[in-house]
Amino acid sequence: MLKILKYSFFDLMRSRWSYVYFAFYLLLGVTLLFLNSDLSKAVITLMNVIIILIPLIGTIFGVMYYYNSKEFTELLLAQPLKRSSIFLGQYFGVAGSLSLSLILGLGIPFVFYGLLNSDAMGEFFLLMATGVSLTFIFTALAFNIALYNENRIKGFGMAILVWLFLAIIYDGIFLMTLTLFSDYPLDKLSLIGSVLNPIDLSRILILLKLDISALMGYTGAIFKQFFGTNWGLAVSTAMMALWVVIPIVGIVLKSKKKDF
Amino acid sequence: MVTITNLHKKFGKNEVLRGVDLNIDQGGIFAILGPNGSGKTTLIKCILGMVLPDAGSISVFDKNIKKNPDYRHKIDYLPQIANFPGNLKVRELIKMIKDLRKPTTEDTRLIELFKLEPFLDKKLGNLSGGTKQKVNIVLTFMFDSPLIILDEPTTGLDPMSLIRLKELIHQEKNKGKTILITSHIMGFVEEVSNEIVFILEGNIYFKGTIPELKEKTGQPDFEHAIASILKENHA
Amino acid sequence: MSKAILFLAAMFMACMAYAQIIEVCPSCKTSTLDQAIGLAKRHDTIIINKGHYKEHNIIIDKPLTIIGKNSPLIDGDLKGEIITIVADSVTIDGLSLINVGNSYTKDYASIRIKNSKQFKISNITLEKLFFGIYIEKSNYGKIHNNTIKGQAVNEFNSGNGIHLWYSNYIDIEDNVVENVRDGIYLEFSNYCNIKNNISSNNLRYGLHFMFSNNDLYQHNLFKNNGAGVAIMFSKQIKMFDNTFKDNWGAASYGMLLKEIYDAEIIGNNFTENTIGINIEGSTRILYKNNNFIKNGWALKVRGACYANTFTNNNFLHNSFDVAYNSKINDNIFDRNFWSNYTGYDLNKDGIGDVPYRPVKLFTYIVNRTPESIVLLRSLFIDIIDFSEKVSPVFTPDNLLDNNPLTKQIKW
Repeated sequence: MLKILKYSFFDLMRSRWSYVYFAFYLLLGVTLLFLNSDLSKAVITLMNVIIILIPLIGTIFGVMYYYNSKEFTELLLAQPLKRSSIFLGQYFGVAGSLSLSLILGLGIPFVFYGLLNSDAMGEFFLLMATGVSLTFIFTALAFNIALYNENRIKGFGMAILVWLFLAIIYDGIFLMTLTLFSDYPLDKLSLIGSVLNPIDLSRILILLKLDISALMGYTGAIFKQFFGTNWGLAVSTAMMALWVVIPIVGIVLKSKKKDF
Repeated sequence: MVTITNLHKKFGKNEVLRGVDLNIDQGGIFAILGPNGSGKTTLIKCILGMVLPDAGSISVFDKNIKKNPDYRHKIDYLPQIANFPGNLKVRELIKMIKDLRKPTTEDTRLIELFKLEPFLDKKLGNLSGGTKQKVNIVLTFMFDSPLIILDEPTTGLDPMSLIRLKELIHQEKNKGKTILITSHIMGFVEEVSNEIVFILEGNIYFKGTIPELKEKTGQPDFEHAIASILKENHA
Repeated sequence: MSKAILFLAAMFMACMAYAQIIEVCPSCKTSTLDQAIGLAKRHDTIIINKGHYKEHNIIIDKPLTIIGKNSPLIDGDLKGEIITIVADSVTIDGLSLINVGNSYTKDYASIRIKNSKQFKISNITLEKLFFGIYIEKSNYGKIHNNTIKGQAVNEFNSGNGIHLWYSNYIDIEDNVVENVRDGIYLEFSNYCNIKNNISSNNLRYGLHFMFSNNDLYQHNLFKNNGAGVAIMFSKQIKMFDNTFKDNWGAASYGMLLKEIYDAEIIGNNFTENTIGINIEGSTRILYKNNNFIKNGWALKVRGACYANTFTNNNFLHNSFDVAYNSKINDNIFDRNFWSNYTGYDLNKDGIGDVPYRPVKLFTYIVNRTPESIVLLRSLFIDIIDFSEKVSPVFTPDNLLDNNPLTKQIKW
């Protein structure tokens, strides 16, 4: 697997998409920091980018890479290699190169800006960590989608739909449920609802840093427990890990069963 | 060498293989023939483990392939369409495949044989179909395995390269290897193969030597013999 | 006020000229404060040396200056009040008072000042207390540089650090009050100055006004209290340059205003409170040059608020800038800086060309369904907020800052 990862990774590092992605983040970081110079605002903008754009790029890029590297996959399948290691290798190659573009693209301007001795460092690392997790989650989802759909158009459509659902529609349904049942105690439901969706979960993780004063305004005991202690952080991290692991298992299982 | 019993495979509603039984002995060149969509490639992919059969069993080197995935290290496979990652250079591709499978020095001889030196530093995306096929052939033959499976090996080859390929196949056969070939070029099949397997609508229609086939169909030459089978079954 | 201090100082100097000094120490002839007070004449000075004195119900009934040397400890032994002042011109300085009695029927205090004038309480340390310094019907006093550290656990059996009742012209300066019910409490007390105090970790409020008018509080720090400052039923209070920090919780505010009129709130910092200012029934209040930084809600306006002006404030990175629970607005928002402002300034005059709408639809939703706060900053919420911004349906449509500043205000 590591060898395939290596080849996928270097293949991607040479493709112009990685540069486009890297350049985008670099530009974003530079713009945010040097034209705005308000670090807190930069962090909020970054949060929006991370919870919306990263999943989108992760899914689209993942699906695109899968379809575009069909030749490579076929070549590898013709070799005596384990199937799961072929797909996992490619997956980690894609997710790794996307993460690297993100970390370098945003990290370089922040380091130049003097992040290392600023108090926003913790927040920046949190953003990077959620960004990397989301990249791994959504690339894995993309590989699953592509493995199940031989038809490219269908695959792309589904990828966008999955993103749209998790990024927007889910929250709409969620909010509607909350307002419809507002006569009942909802603090458990609202916590569970937000922990189940990786985008919401990342948002909550960042909110724990950004908006803790507002979150503590709510009376529910479970809320307090979740947001007030490290328990929230622990649960969120565990869920995030689960969100990475489950689609990866999906890749392994489907790749074992699939005909090529 | 390869034993297939009662092999079934469906893709959706399309029943591609309907109870194939086939036994291929060691040594010699076997051609798998049949009209388009008869299941040749599916059969080969089943042998390679790339397609998982719905029913039936396959043994390669006397071991059921389901439980012993290691057999694939002893097979060299030439895929039908030579698709390669466009970003890679030929040299890098060969290096990569060696890295993934095992080290070998055969590649230099094969590169020389197919006159590929001028292309070594070109990206695969920029190569013509025939050149890509040559690269494909190099990748397949460089590992010296006892079983070789070639899916449409002649695609896009110029006459010179075709001759070299035939020579190569003969050399390998003379080393005592088993070679499975699918091809649409009847002349090529007639020239190289010892025995043919004719697949029709997911079943083995005929297995034997070319003279036997001619005798069975009552046709004087190979191409007509094949054509008559097809005509008979479509009428 | 400074005249009063001058007068006090002059009196003090004059008295010192012919006053007698009585020394108290555990091994002296006069071994208790009570004894010394009995011996002393008017305007005498009592010096208490270092030591542990078990005394309670000490009554000071004549003008005296009591000075502790090396902070002697007076231990009330949980038997009642420690010092009660019932005379004018009493000064107490440098004592440590501990173990006030606890009672559910009487409000025991470490130091009680009753019907007195011109008192001065300074450099006192109070611990294990119920009420700290209790001032009733006393005027023209000074509470200076004291430290009050309680151990309050719940509201019903704890008292206030500095408690004023019907007392006017009191200066409360440079005190530290921690872990009591209300750090500083004023009821029916007018013309008081409260400056440079630190009031933190108190159960209820850092500072609490009830029915008190014309008071000033300035340069105080209120941190991590149940709520920072509560001002109720009071008029013409001046609130300058204070800091309200880290007041977190379901009913926590930097400041709570209820039924107050004509106040001035200028130059304060509200940082990381669940609610910066909670406003209920207040009229003609000027909010100017305040910083609202990273609060849950910078302002929560609950109705019956008229003719208030919010101008030249900085609203920086609050989860919500302003919450309103009605559709009617009679208050003016003008020339504030809002970090959430996304408009532009084409003519570069420092004023955004598009008005800013500080109340969001999501604020309204959270008001109705508090659990929906978990959706804060999600894309879906941004989308519905945007549509509400374009055509307001649920939020007051005249609630606008027509001149939002494009640069943070510095002063």
